[in-house]
Amino acid sequence: MIHLLDSIRSAPGQKAFEWKARREAQGTAQPWQPPQFFTCPKCQRRATRAVWAEHLYVCPNCGQYQPIGGYYRLSMVLDHGSFRELNGRMHGHDPLHFPGYSEKLAMQKKKTGLDEAVVSAVGRIEGQPAVVVVMDSRFFMGSMGEGVGEKVTLAVEYAAAHRLPLIIFTASGGARMQEGIFSLMQMAKTSAAIAAFAEKGGLFISYLTHPTTGGVTASFASLGDVTLAEPGALIGFAGPRVIEQTIGQKLPAGFQRSEYLEEHGFVDQIVPRSEMRATLARLLRLHQNHTKGGKRL
Amino acid sequence: MIRDILNEIDAVEQALARDDGPQRAYLTRRRADLLAGCKALTPEDRVFLARHTHRPKIDAYINALFTDFFEQKGDRQCREDPSILGGVALYKGQPVTVIGHRKGSDLQGNLKYNFGMPGPEGYRKALRLMKQAEKFGRPIITFIDTPGAYPGLEAEARGQGEAIARNLAEMSRLEVPVIAVVTGEGSSGGALALGVADRILMLENAVYSVLSPEGFASILWKDASRHGEACALMKLTAQDLYEGEIIDEIIPEPLGGAQRAPEALFAKLDERLQAQLAPLRRMSGSALVAQRYKKYRRIGQE
Repeated sequence: MIHLLDSIRSAPGQKAFEWKARREAQGTAQPWQPPQFFTCPKCQRRATRAVWAEHLYVCPNCGQYQPIGGYYRLSMVLDHGSFRELNGRMHGHDPLHFPGYSEKLAMQKKKTGLDEAVVSAVGRIEGQPAVVVVMDSRFFMGSMGEGVGEKVTLAVEYAAAHRLPLIIFTASGGARMQEGIFSLMQMAKTSAAIAAFAEKGGLFISYLTHPTTGGVTASFASLGDVTLAEPGALIGFAGPRVIEQTIGQKLPAGFQRSEYLEEHGFVDQIVPRSEMRATLARLLRLHQNHTKGGKRL
Repeated sequence: MIRDILNEIDAVEQALARDDGPQRAYLTRRRADLLAGCKALTPEDRVFLARHTHRPKIDAYINALFTDFFEQKGDRQCREDPSILGGVALYKGQPVTVIGHRKGSDLQGNLKYNFGMPGPEGYRKALRLMKQAEKFGRPIITFIDTPGAYPGLEAEARGQGEAIARNLAEMSRLEVPVIAVVTGEGSSGGALALGVADRILMLENAVYSVLSPEGFASILWKDASRHGEACALMKLTAQDLYEGEIIDEIIPEPLGGAQRAPEALFAKLDERLQAQLAPLRRMSGSALVAQRYKKYRRIGQE
């Protein structure tokens, strides 16, 4: 079987991708100063980075999920050698000329080595082609401004044009305040893109990771045909602090966590990181007739 | 501050009503001076006006612009959310669907309507009415005036985020004309969930932003009391949004705000609404959808 993606098996960006993924797997953007141990923020026990990596950055002691970088997650999900980045250099601007924002953007870029809070790629999962978008909460809390909205929209449009299934890993603190109304409008833009993609018969798997809140929850994250979530992720529209202030009472334990959303009917299944790739491959197989020879797509 | 100016105008007008002696000339002049002071408003002033207790609310707009309004309640799933008002009405003799956030004009009303902060049921009701409008080929006119979607425990449990997201997605594909009018404060996804439209009109003193200035200040600086500063930076006035090509038209308000002469405002809005709706009515459903997609697609496009 010949497919357009076969021609990119040894894409020119592959080396750089692997380097970035490895760097993220070491848990730091500054590989010249790698601390050997990493302490779990929850149980306070430490383990070597090698052990953490082996456990896919789920605490080997208490099972707490650590956020992971976009490239690293892509390297966990995609078949080796099949990665090709989409719109890699795209980044946000400063539409409001908000004081201090440009400097902060530059700082975030330097700190994380990313251009925006999202990485999108086309690749294969157990041989099946897909567009995979990963939000990275290290960059500005994964907040959505014009850069994120545009990259997500372009990825959705790419999936629609090439008749590929779409997988988005969400992780976001919400709209990027410094971009004001322009970031709010990204909710409408990305949702419209997903709606157009859905109308063409495209498959969209939304994979919610910690934390997914605000404007991202209230747009594309909630529009999946299939919605998956990582265990224990905080997922909601309003932040817990705002809710507590509004209603004047303490929130119950486990509120707005993945398990709570599953119980309330907003998540199909909670999938541990160790089964992430296999589950996605399975879902793609279950929809394969549709994406390959489906009537509308 | 506009608050002080408005208070003084009220006092002067009361004096004018009482007094027909030699003070009249002075008072009339003073009133004219004060009104002139309403010409240069700061963003913070506009936030104040947008939230003014006596600013016309959705029922006033419905009474003034439409006839034969029939309210439709409930989301057909679990609840009626009174913080969104919707139904069918006639506009210039033609049926339209009208939907908007509902605020009270006193404390009791506000408690009843939850200060115009809908839960997911409100958004689902709105979507139900919009899909119905599409079925019957009626244009949709929405009125936006909310501090935001309600941040409550039950709202979250029932999927506030999902309800808003669904509205954004579905509104983008509606094959009937959609016009949104921002009448008061439009804050966050709670406003946008009624705002994905072919044309967005905005009242001169209305504001529209990613979050309320208080929320904005509390997120960025962990200090909600710096909301005045936030107002200045957020670019949330109709003038800012028109320059940013987010809205299509500014509806001028009477000096000192809509609450001072609502009738004049309604007449102006009626005229512009009619003018904006006419060309949309002539477009096909698919052309509307394509045009709406483009309208949002270009925001932030390089």
